[in-house]
Amino acid sequence: MTEWIAFIVTKYNYWAYISLMMIGLFAMIAKKNLIKKIIGMGIFQTAIILFFISIGAKKGATLPILYHGHAHGDAAVRAAAYINPLPHVLMLTAIVVSVATLGVALSLAVKIFQRYDTLEEDQINLTKYPFRRNVPENKEE
Amino acid sequence: MDPNQPISAILVVLIPLLTAFAVPIIGFWRKNLCFYAACTALAAAFWCALHLLIFVHQRGPVDYFLGGWDPPWGIALRIDSLNALMGVLVTFLFSLTGIASKKSVPLELPLKEAPFYALFLLLFTGLLGMILTGDMFNLYVFLEVSSLTAYALIAMGEPGAMVASFRYLLMGTVGASWYLLGVGYLYIVTGTLNMADLSGLLREMEGSHAVLSGFAFILFGIAIKMALFPLHLWLPDAYAKAPSIVSTTIAPIMTKVMAYVLIRIGFTVFHPEYVVQAAKASGLLVWFGILAILFGGISALSQTDFKRMLAFIIVAEVGYIVGGIGIANPTALKGAIFHIVNDAVMMASLFLVGMMVTHRTGGHGINHFFGIFRKMPLTAIVFTIGALAVIGVPPTCGFFSKWYLLLGGIEAGHWAFVAALLVCTLINVALFFRVFDKGLYLHAKAPQSIPEPRIDALTIQEAPLGMLVVGGILAAGILAIGIGNSFIVKTLILPAVPGGL
Repeated sequence: MTEWIAFIVTKYNYWAYISLMMIGLFAMIAKKNLIKKIIGMGIFQTAIILFFISIGAKKGATLPILYHGHAHGDAAVRAAAYINPLPHVLMLTAIVVSVATLGVALSLAVKIFQRYDTLEEDQINLTKYPFRRNVPENKEE
Repeated sequence: MDPNQPISAILVVLIPLLTAFAVPIIGFWRKNLCFYAACTALAAAFWCALHLLIFVHQRGPVDYFLGGWDPPWGIALRIDSLNALMGVLVTFLFSLTGIASKKSVPLELPLKEAPFYALFLLLFTGLLGMILTGDMFNLYVFLEVSSLTAYALIAMGEPGAMVASFRYLLMGTVGASWYLLGVGYLYIVTGTLNMADLSGLLREMEGSHAVLSGFAFILFGIAIKMALFPLHLWLPDAYAKAPSIVSTTIAPIMTKVMAYVLIRIGFTVFHPEYVVQAAKASGLLVWFGILAILFGGISALSQTDFKRMLAFIIVAEVGYIVGGIGIANPTALKGAIFHIVNDAVMMASLFLVGMMVTHRTGGHGINHFFGIFRKMPLTAIVFTIGALAVIGVPPTCGFFSKWYLLLGGIEAGHWAFVAALLVCTLINVALFFRVFDKGLYLHAKAPQSIPEPRIDALTIQEAPLGMLVVGGILAAGILAIGIGNSFIVKTLILPAVPGGL
């Protein structure tokens, strides 16, 4: 039992990212509202960004800037003293990508709203005449 | 300039990228110049890709280090026979669809020429970057560049395209994110992102669970983007409702590029033995390929829309390619790579026919093909050749790649795959004869069911010259690849088959 607790607690960053990712995936699959789906997508992508950032971190390490430089007798860079900057740099790109995806998704949602007058997936699927902006026929009477 | 680092390796990506940013500015000044700017860039990229292919075949694989940084630190482009072949294929098809877009874009996307050509070139850049790169993360970035432009291009289409594009966006994002997650797992274990470096390091850690889960995530991510059977749901709507020029461009190429990525990661980054024996992924891939072939074929039978029918045929064709990759013996892999080339050319010709019919009749239902053999004879010839190639009739190219796939299946003793291939061939015959039936008036009835054709059915003319020329080139290409198949397989396909099987 204690082994299991240790297993969960020591790898808490992975558990956090997995639960966030599943929340996002659930929202994308189960929610009917397009904006909620987009929010789910955002959570999903953020989970992966957090995962990457957490793998670069080290306990007791500092920013990867050579503070004293090579001149102070410490010729070799001790990798253990610095966090790994590469995953963080990769995530800068991934954040840009996810912002762009979010932008495209939101603009699509706006266009869908303009055409169907709704953001609920069920109602969009029911719309027989996509060009007509009026809602169900029994309301016209 | 290092003689082993040809400048064309980077120009082929840079030219379309820079032109893509120039096109909107040109569009402010003169709208009709956008087409010429885009076509010049596409032709230049095609020329560079051709140069690269010849270079690779004369002097062996090219390693191009961006900014002069050596591989594990910098981003490297690695071009071998497989990349170079894919590069030529993609640039060739994009150049042709670029020419064909001249008449179609002003009609279907009025006043959107500048954004269209900018996105078109960005899509092209993304696909080429995916093909040429030798870096796992760089591949992700280019994957997202091409996907984001594809979402936008598809959303420009007819009613319903926006919802289809939205679904594609959600599924595509999940796919790309899974790919990224898999890359992250491999990075934790190895500390590198360069493909060549990664493959050397991964060979020593084949028992690791992290490597296995990373591989699984990457595989699922690619499968979503490739529309492998249970994950294909985004594809039919997106390809059927996109503007016809967009589906002519995206449909033949996007899934094929992802198939290339699958081959690259399955056989270059990971050791083939690992994929076949340790991860047992290849056996699984064959079965999903078989399901895709059968499902795609049967769903295509129930469609009344020509483009939607073609979209389901693509699902089946992805099944062929994935099955060939999964069987993983040299014959089947040869067939799979050859089928990537052939399928791209024949699907491009068929979607182009859809585009020509849409251009003249205002729709792409099978009903709109009523009488095209009399009204649009040249279009009908292109259609006939494309259809025969998809069915797999000997002088066309489709026969030969299916033949290699069949031989590979028999060699491996995978009879279910062989049976699925043959069944789907029969289904394809039935599929296309429905269209021939309409086109040739075999069971002629008045075309009552055509919903309000834009132009009177009697005054339908032959498609515009630009599209016909492109269609002619594609049809001639199908026949030429078929007739010269032994030469093409020997010089281009065999060197591209990954070793170590």
